Amino acid sequence: MPHTDAAAVALARDGDSEAFRALVERHSRAVFRLAHRMTGNASDAEDVVQETFLKAYRQLSRFESRANFSTWLHRIAVNCSIDLIRARPHRESGHDATDLEQFGAADAAVAGRPSPERLMLSAEVQERIADAMSALSRMERAAFVLRHFEGQSIDEISRALGLKTNATKHSIFRAVKKMRQALEPLVAETDTSTESLAADGAR
Amino acid sequence: MMATQHLTDDELILHYYGETTARDAPRTAGHLQACVPCRAEYARLQRVLASIDESAVAVADPGPSFERTVWARLEPNLKPVRRGWVSWAWSPAPLALAAAVIVLVVGAFFAGRMTSPPTPSPTAAAVAAAAEQIRERILLSEVGAHLDRSQMALVELVRADGTGTDISGERSRAEQLIADNRLYRQTAEDTGDVALSELLDEIERVLTEVAATPQTGSSRDLADVRRRIESRDLLFKVRVVSSEIRERQKAPIQRQSGPRS
Repeated sequence: MPHTDAAAVALARDGDSEAFRALVERHSRAVFRLAHRMTGNASDAEDVVQETFLKAYRQLSRFESRANFSTWLHRIAVNCSIDLIRARPHRESGHDATDLEQFGAADAAVAGRPSPERLMLSAEVQERIADAMSALSRMERAAFVLRHFEGQSIDEISRALGLKTNATKHSIFRAVKKMRQALEPLVAETDTSTESLAADGAR
Repeated sequence: MMATQHLTDDELILHYYGETTARDAPRTAGHLQACVPCRAEYARLQRVLASIDESAVAVADPGPSFERTVWARLEPNLKPVRRGWVSWAWSPAPLALAAAVIVLVVGAFFAGRMTSPPTPSPTAAAVAAAAEQIRERILLSEVGAHLDRSQMALVELVRADGTGTDISGERSRAEQLIADNRLYRQTAEDTGDVALSELLDEIERVLTEVAATPQTGSSRDLADVRRRIESRDLLFKVRVVSSEIRERQKAPIQRQSGPRS
């Protein structure tokens, strides 16, 4: 198995399928995580993983060896996620902000592994985050994930999503507004509880 | 003196993400320093957004055998890497058509040998070039049809008017066209067809914008789309390139398949 991505890409370009397999094994989990955040759905994320590696394989000749393979793959995965989001309009949720008031039991069957810090946050807050994320429209979700988690600038997101800068900004504004509406009361409660515990401890 | 106008939620969000413009940054920072209510509001926003980190957004665990499963699904679909138009042309339909044409070309060659005086034989390269040209012809035909469909969609958008117009049909058509458009654009980029690639890029931006417009498009949304189409003479460009493609389709195959004496 080639030790570096660059070596694996060089071999894969010459038709070495084992070299490409090495790339799949190294990167498929990261692509899945990204796709899951973008699409909010494990099944869609698996499809994105397939499509991403298929495209990467077909476009290997266009990959510049000086570039970073994971960055390049990441870009393809983002595009594939966007394509899938557009191609499956039935998954469009696009709830109004008022829908957030109707959140009930979470149906997001997810198996997250919270970090120790995250244990400070109540399970309910995490549940709300999952629900609030799933209540975003596809463009809001894509723009928010790219800005908030991927750290892409609004200009970069505009180019990736093919939107004008203002449209991208407004997608992010709406997403943040919905997230705040869902989370603020709970985050405030958590803060209050933490402060009370701290005050009790000080007494 | 502190400005009386408070920062808006949008300004606070831009500030949080470091997206405030260089021109507005000093005013935003100065106002936050001086204004207690805005500072409190910003602190609330920070708390909420800070609570949404990657570990909070739980991602399903794909399981320990995920990589093996991915590879098992992927491997049968990996064909030998091919490039540009050729990669498109290796899909089944054009391939079958190209094979049929090759049979005809080769058949015509042997028929010619039997009925004409001996002439310099066409080389295998000439036959391959003819086959390649057939593939390109098929692709041109597909791109031409795609441009026609895009043109119709653009015309309908330009004609749509009124507040609250239901543009679900246009949205759905745009979504269908985007995937094809992207494929043709990438292929045009691969083959260095800059004019076609740029046109398809412009079309894709408009289609994407339409696909992202709410189902009941506001007059402003539609006006933006119309403005983009009109300011860039997009319809005119589509017609010009469509016409060029039709001309290229009419060019005889033999002309470029090598000289015959």
